[in-house]
Amino acid sequence: MATTTSPARATKARSTTIALKLVMAVTGIIFALFVLAHMYGNLKLLAGESAYNTYAEHLRTIGEPMLPHRGFLTLMEVVLLLALGAHVYAAFTLWGRARGARTQRYAVKKAVAQSFSSKWMRWGGVFLLLFIIWHLIEFTIVKVNVGGQSVAGDNPYQLVVDSFQVWWLTIIYVVAMLALYLHLAHGVFSATQTVGWTGNAAAYRRAQVTGHVMAAVVVVGFLIPPLAILFGLVK
Amino acid sequence: MTELIHGLYTEGAPIHDTKAPNGPIQTKWPTRQFEARLVNPANRRKLRVVVIGTGLAGASAAATLGEAGYVVKSFCFQDSPRRAHSIAAQGGINATKNYMEDGDSVYRLFYDTVKGGDYRARENNVYRLAEVSANIIDQCVAQGVPFAREYGGLLDNRSFGGVQVSRTFYARGQTGQQLLIGAYQSLERQVASGGVEMFTRHEMLELVVVDGRARGVIVRDLVSGEIETHLADAVVLASGGYGNVFYLSTNAMGSNVTASWRAHRKGAYMANPCYTQIHPTCIPVSGDHQSKLTLMSESLRNDGRIWVPKRREDCDKDPRDIPEEDRDYYLERIYPAFGNLVPRDIASRQAKNVCDEGRGVGPVVGDFRRGVYLDFADAIARLGRESVEEQYGNLFDMYARITGEDPYAVPMRIYPAVHYVMGGLWVDYDLESTIPGLYVTGEANFSDHGANRLGASALMQGLADGYFVLPNTIRDYLAGGPYPAVEDDHPDVVAAREAVANRVQALLSIDGTRSVDSFHKELGTIMWEYCGMERSEEGLAKAIDLIRSLREEFWRNVRVLGSAETLNQSLEKAGRVADFLELGELMCIDALHRRESCGGHFRAESQTADGEALRHDDEYAYVAAWEYTPGERGDRASMGPPVLHKEDLVYEFIELKQRSYK
Amino acid sequence: MDITLKVWRQTGPDDKGGLVTYDVPDISPDMSFLEMLDVLNERLNDEGKEPIAFDSDCREGICGMCGLMISGEAHGPERTTTCQLHMRSFADGDTITVEPWRADPFPVIKDLVVDRSAFDRIIQAGGFITVNTGAAPDAHATPVPKANAERAFVAAECIGCGACVAACPNASGMLFMGAKVTHLAELPQGQPERMSRVVSMVAQHDAEGFGGCTNIGECTAACPKEIPQDVISTLNRDLRSALRHQS
Ligand SMILES: Cc1cc2nc3c(=O)[nH]c(=O)nc-3n(C[C@H](O)[C@H](O)[C@H](O)COP(=O)(O)OP(=O)(O)OC[C@H]3O[C@@H](n4cnc5c(N)ncnc54)[C@H](O)[C@@H]3O)c2cc1C
Ligand code: HEM
Ligand code: FES
Repeated sequence: MATTTSPARATKARSTTIALKLVMAVTGIIFALFVLAHMYGNLKLLAGESAYNTYAEHLRTIGEPMLPHRGFLTLMEVVLLLALGAHVYAAFTLWGRARGARTQRYAVKKAVAQSFSSKWMRWGGVFLLLFIIWHLIEFTIVKVNVGGQSVAGDNPYQLVVDSFQVWWLTIIYVVAMLALYLHLAHGVFSATQTVGWTGNAAAYRRAQVTGHVMAAVVVVGFLIPPLAILFGLVK
Repeated sequence: MTELIHGLYTEGAPIHDTKAPNGPIQTKWPTRQFEARLVNPANRRKLRVVVIGTGLAGASAAATLGEAGYVVKSFCFQDSPRRAHSIAAQGGINATKNYMEDGDSVYRLFYDTVKGGDYRARENNVYRLAEVSANIIDQCVAQGVPFAREYGGLLDNRSFGGVQVSRTFYARGQTGQQLLIGAYQSLERQVASGGVEMFTRHEMLELVVVDGRARGVIVRDLVSGEIETHLADAVVLASGGYGNVFYLSTNAMGSNVTASWRAHRKGAYMANPCYTQIHPTCIPVSGDHQSKLTLMSESLRNDGRIWVPKRREDCDKDPRDIPEEDRDYYLERIYPAFGNLVPRDIASRQAKNVCDEGRGVGPVVGDFRRGVYLDFADAIARLGRESVEEQYGNLFDMYARITGEDPYAVPMRIYPAVHYVMGGLWVDYDLESTIPGLYVTGEANFSDHGANRLGASALMQGLADGYFVLPNTIRDYLAGGPYPAVEDDHPDVVAAREAVANRVQALLSIDGTRSVDSFHKELGTIMWEYCGMERSEEGLAKAIDLIRSLREEFWRNVRVLGSAETLNQSLEKAGRVADFLELGELMCIDALHRRESCGGHFRAESQTADGEALRHDDEYAYVAAWEYTPGERGDRASMGPPVLHKEDLVYEFIELKQRSYK
Repeated sequence: MDITLKVWRQTGPDDKGGLVTYDVPDISPDMSFLEMLDVLNERLNDEGKEPIAFDSDCREGICGMCGLMISGEAHGPERTTTCQLHMRSFADGDTITVEPWRADPFPVIKDLVVDRSAFDRIIQAGGFITVNTGAAPDAHATPVPKANAERAFVAAECIGCGACVAACPNASGMLFMGAKVTHLAELPQGQPERMSRVVSMVAQHDAEGFGGCTNIGECTAACPKEIPQDVISTLNRDLRSALRHQS
């Protein structure tokens, strides 16, 4: 049993943990870019109802007539959905492998270096998944307007404003944004490391800082509209 | 029976190296390489070689033989070949590249090594070592060993161990590690390709000798306890040094003599076993719990100044409160020319002398203080703390970690410790022992360092042996094979296997009252006291008696718990200590018989008027090769008087001189 | 000082094992952690109880043989190896839990001893440069820029102790592997096999059952040689290049 001789095993780079990590990184970056753009769009809310609705409409007409109506949006949705599928699949596969790598746990285990954000990647990710589902239900699929008197229908501006006037909806949203902050702060850095752009100490530090800056920009940007609504700055 | 000399040993026929070709020294190795028979590649697959040890000497040999196509089995007792004791070497490795263009040459390294060995080494072997040294560096660089480099991208060298040329290649303070990892990776490459089969956590406990030839080994799988037989056409021992006979040494905890000793008992002669190197700059013992000693690089002596208080009364004072005029910088006083840079043996012995006088510093261990100061205050004042930190930072950190003291503020304390053994199994020019088919490489053999080894040359020897010498010489033997098939049930094989099983059972069944470690510690104390830095006839005779009765008590009163069927570290230690208890006696006999001082062997009776070592070339210019004889009583504790075989050392090329460092 | 130890005892690979409490009175702060265990073992032996099995060899922090999880930290509270940890790092009266490295690819052999041969097999998969003895060109034939040589050295300092795996919440071996890949990738001699090396090593790493890296940094924090995280980045980049070339 103690000999170190072992038969060579089949080598397939594509199914390795690192390949899965690469999938997470690439899809994660797609999300990160998406949320950045999404955040920018949300800020249009501050410019008023017509500007916001025009922007929403614009999303549906980009690329016309080369693309059909809603073509770009659908493409985006498909890409994001596939990315989400891949991201979540890889996340759970890696989670499973990590659990399988230590079936007997320590009686005492201290975390020495682990940052708060890195510690919450997995459960934070699950929370984000639930939030994304809820978020889509709320604003895209069913468009439940919990706070509004009437169904806002084609008026996205009204839908958003009505929703965030409900305090608990805003709280869910705020909590989700905190989760997003944590996920992005570690995620952006981690993705940089995963694709291999942090091959020296300086680049490594830079990636860590970038993670936090990017997360802060996205989350602050996302939080401005709902808070503005909640506190009555936007009606 | 021939008459006992000193009541301890007998003298047998002289012994000679028959393999080194005649002719000028420069042509000997090329000639031998040419004359050694070749083995046709197809036949190599039928030839099996067992290699014990995965240090520099073993890993390099196993990898190279595997590459050549022989069927190789490699063994080590650690959990990975990479952990062999060679990993701990810090300073560097010598090679005559003469990259510094400072007048180095093969001949100069040859000369330095023979002189450094105090004219007790065999010229032919040393010359060859110097010759192949340059190839080692090429090989290691090709493997990716990250040696220190200069800004131009070329290799850096430093001067090491009291020589005047810079020929030492290094990788910060981890040269041994980097070299071993290189060899280990080559070995693992062979494991992956099937050239070598690797057995970790396996300990060789017996050599199999059939019809006078080494034909394999009996090993114990340390995890399952199973006793296995591995037969072969030739066996290579690269099992390292036995400095742990002193209990405390800078060797790794597991370093032992078992592989060599088992071969010795089967007929391999043990040469110069008493030649021990004691290193002056080790961290002193802090108490009875001490399990090993830590070496600090000799380079510290370049800038640190060694001193003790002039008066005993000052010994427990804070050293910083002792004024300059009350300090004795004894090395600078006695050796004004070399000062703190005198060779290892001299620096060690003088430290012992001042401590014996009661002027040692640090905690009282046993009955006196064992330590002297190594002071960097002047260096810090002269060079600045930063520069000292840059050069010695790692060592200072290590010192602080172990002692809890800050060496930048308080002088360090150092004391000599056993570090290396020049003695080992006798081998000829081919590195073959007195048992045909048994080859010995690295620290386990005696061949290259005479009575004292120069810094950075053990690594060189290990790799020279393993990569370049052995693979060339062993083929001459293997060309005579495959040797007649031997099966597991051959009576000699069965006997060897049963001997191992019986010994294991014996150790487990004594069930006495004393632990293995307590015996080991006691043996270490005896050895250090009487066979350490200074040896005398009276002391050695006393030590022999003490060791004999200790060995007798061991076999009556040792307590080894647990079973033979699982990992059992006490059992492993017990077997090793049992062998040390026999080796210790032989070392004392060897030391007693050699009534001269040379290199690491200092006999109180043989010194100059001012206390320097005095050689007697007329009487002792020989290698003492000892043959084992079994004890008459036949019980496990008894040993017969060994037979001394002398190999005369003939100096054809280098003139013998008395060393002087004044 | 007096301390209390809770030590993992397990008679063999198939035993369930559990923590056993020992009082260890009257120890010196100058003892190393392993010397403290030696003292306890001597006592156990005197009492007729089997001593605790643990690995160590050099006791100088370089061979990588020792390695214990000490109150939840690999190699204990200092950034060093277990053999270089001294009792002065603890306080009188402390209770210290001692466990073996825990990772499925490092099965327990007995008590605190684990089987780390998985690391050897990762090296076998490609952690070497293919050069037969005697086939090397002169060492000065290929200069290596100092910066690359330095980084190669930093990575090559790895002692293969396994603390990275032990400390990693995912029991990942990426720091170990990243160190080897980086060591060889920084050197000109390592270039010819660079891509195949990383592919085979990573495959072996996964086959051994180690987890994946989530860039948390526990490994570097536990590493007695302070191997930096960026070696994992180099590993990732090389695997990515290899993927491109493979498909
Ligand atoms: C602290 C220290 C620093 C040093 N620094 C230097 C330096 O700077 N330069 C220099 O040149 N030299 C130095 N030396 C000396 C040098 O390191 C050693 O002499 C050399 O490494 C010995 O190598 P080796 O291959 O012969 O044996 P080792 O490296 O000791 O290997 C022995 C091998 O044999 C195996 N083994 C032993 N017995 C058995 C058995 N019964 N069954 C199975 N396997 C067995 C072990 O598992 C191990 O693999 C230093 C030594 C020490 C202690
Ligand atoms: C807005 C949504 C999301 C964004 C922007 C995002 C972004 C990222 C990024 C950039 C990474 C780093 C990848 C890497 O380490 O290389 C990452 C990792 C991770 N994501 Fe997401 N992600 C999102 C949603 C999710 C969801 C829904 C899950 C669901 C389970 C999830 C689970 C994880 C996990 C577990 C990791 C850690 C992977 C690792 O470090 O190995 N993420 N994410
Ligand atoms: S015993 Fe060698 S590193 Fe600790």
